[in-house]
Amino acid sequence: MAKNKNEIVMHERNIQNVSAKQRVVKVMVKVMIYLFLVVMALIVLFPFYWMISSSLKSLDEYRLTVPTFWPRQVIFSNYADAFTTASLGRLFLNTAYVGIVSTLLSLVITVLSAFAFARLEFKGRETMFAALLGTMMIPGELFTITNYATINTFGWMNTFKVLIFPFLVSVFYIYLLRQNFLQIPNELYLAAKVDGTGDLKYLWKVMVPLSLPTLISITILKMMGAWNSYVWPNLVANDPAHRLITNGLRNAFTDATGDVNYPVQMAAVAIVSAPLFLVFLFLRKYIMTGVSRSGIKG
Amino acid sequence: MVDSKQQWKAWLYLSPAIILLLVFTVWPIINTVRMAFLDGYNGLAIVGGARFTVGIANFQKVIGLTSFKTSLYNTTLLCVLTVPISTLLALLIAVALNSIKPLQKLLQTIFFLPYVTNSIAIGMVFAAMFNIVGNMGTAGNDIIITAGIINNLIELFGGEPINWINAGSTYAANITVMVVYIVWNALPFKILVLLGGLQSINRQYYDAAKVDGTPRARVFTRITVPLLSPMLAYVIITGFIGGFKEYSSIVGIFGEDMGPAGAPHRLNTIVGYIYDALPKMNYGQASAAALILFAIILVVTMINMQVSKKRVHY
Repeated sequence: MAKNKNEIVMHERNIQNVSAKQRVVKVMVKVMIYLFLVVMALIVLFPFYWMISSSLKSLDEYRLTVPTFWPRQVIFSNYADAFTTASLGRLFLNTAYVGIVSTLLSLVITVLSAFAFARLEFKGRETMFAALLGTMMIPGELFTITNYATINTFGWMNTFKVLIFPFLVSVFYIYLLRQNFLQIPNELYLAAKVDGTGDLKYLWKVMVPLSLPTLISITILKMMGAWNSYVWPNLVANDPAHRLITNGLRNAFTDATGDVNYPVQMAAVAIVSAPLFLVFLFLRKYIMTGVSRSGIKG
Repeated sequence: MVDSKQQWKAWLYLSPAIILLLVFTVWPIINTVRMAFLDGYNGLAIVGGARFTVGIANFQKVIGLTSFKTSLYNTTLLCVLTVPISTLLALLIAVALNSIKPLQKLLQTIFFLPYVTNSIAIGMVFAAMFNIVGNMGTAGNDIIITAGIINNLIELFGGEPINWINAGSTYAANITVMVVYIVWNALPFKILVLLGGLQSINRQYYDAAKVDGTPRARVFTRITVPLLSPMLAYVIITGFIGGFKEYSSIVGIFGEDMGPAGAPHRLNTIVGYIYDALPKMNYGQASAAALILFAIILVVTMINMQVSKKRVHY
């Protein structure tokens, strides 16, 4: 049919041309998008790559004017050296102790407070909750000055207490868990009361299991907080017996007289970073939900 | 119905939180204001039995100090540079990520990776990458100079190597390194929030635009950005708040000296200034500086909110 009518053929050809052109543009755009993303991803990954590759080089190879992109001779001894140079073992134990104790205490406090705000009725509940949320606006540095003075008065300088107690209560976590508790129907609580179940038993058997994802998020963020905290520990507990890992890492490589053994330093950095990556790899879901709602790091 | 047993129980459950908050949050708020307005308040003098008059001398002193002005300047400069750059980059990456299917999850994971790092530790990696001097002649007075990987890359593309962070480096070079590191650090959170926002935009808008044959750029400026504006406002506000509290990323790269060798404290920030005052027990000035910081954050947030009110489409 189209054989006889040239015009229609021409028209169809035009359409084909246009759609082919569009397809080319579409593919080009896709390629550009992927190119942009891959380049950005490489930039983001580069420091990690450089950390690992440097940590496996000998000092001489690291100092070559023309750098090698992968060690010619892979040297694992840097990692052992890092452990001894920065006494990472001790730092690791200190950090684990502070992290675990403060996480456990923080969980108990958060669960109890969130329960009171979500389920119990008492005078001034709304006012008090609003006041708590209000404190979240104030930058932490404002608290630090007085807390530093308070710690001095208590005689808590260079103890584990000073690393655990001052920042134990997080208003944000209480808020997060309260929201979660509020979603659990009140009927369950009333039914439990009729059955004569105590508050704490109900909390433990019903509320806690039902809000486990939030509790896991809190645990991870709190542990990461201990692992990454630097400023406060550096101010108040910077003695070898109580020093935390980030602090130790920074201190172990700053007193040097410009003669820094970078491969060993990079090995130490890699050791400190490794647990964070493992947590991220296996528990990413919990970190991401916690983070997107808080906007805070650690 | 408020029965008294519940009242009693509620306060019991809240008591650990309340006690800790009273000591470490409520009292500090009151006390910081008090110390800031007592002229020349000092932790050592108070032990000596000194009394202080109420006034604004601490604020006058702090504002007059060069060290504070430097800190304020550095903090503001870093904020003004890093917040727009990181927001724009994060927006581009998030939009790009949202428009692809294969590899999306993998790339998303890679872009989130810097978030779960220790800012001191990775700062040391950046320092190593930008570092020039390997060994300033200790044994046998030998001076070994390595260019550093960033300079190697610059030379590869035909540029001149730059002294980024070592002794004798320029202020501009130092700031450039800090901007690169802070942006690298700030991207993951912003991408996460913006991508979440993009994924919740109703597809119908895009389908309608497609039917109308709207060009891509127009779709971006007329649909994507307006519908994403609450998220954009959120990342910009949190970006500024975080930016004005910048401290540990600088320690990560330059160490406690807050500057290259030979020019310590050149890159100090407001938070750094506050911390420096503490071991000297200069509580009055530190408190004044902290209140100034709080005021700045409050004003910047309010300006942002005001702008958002006009620009943000909820």
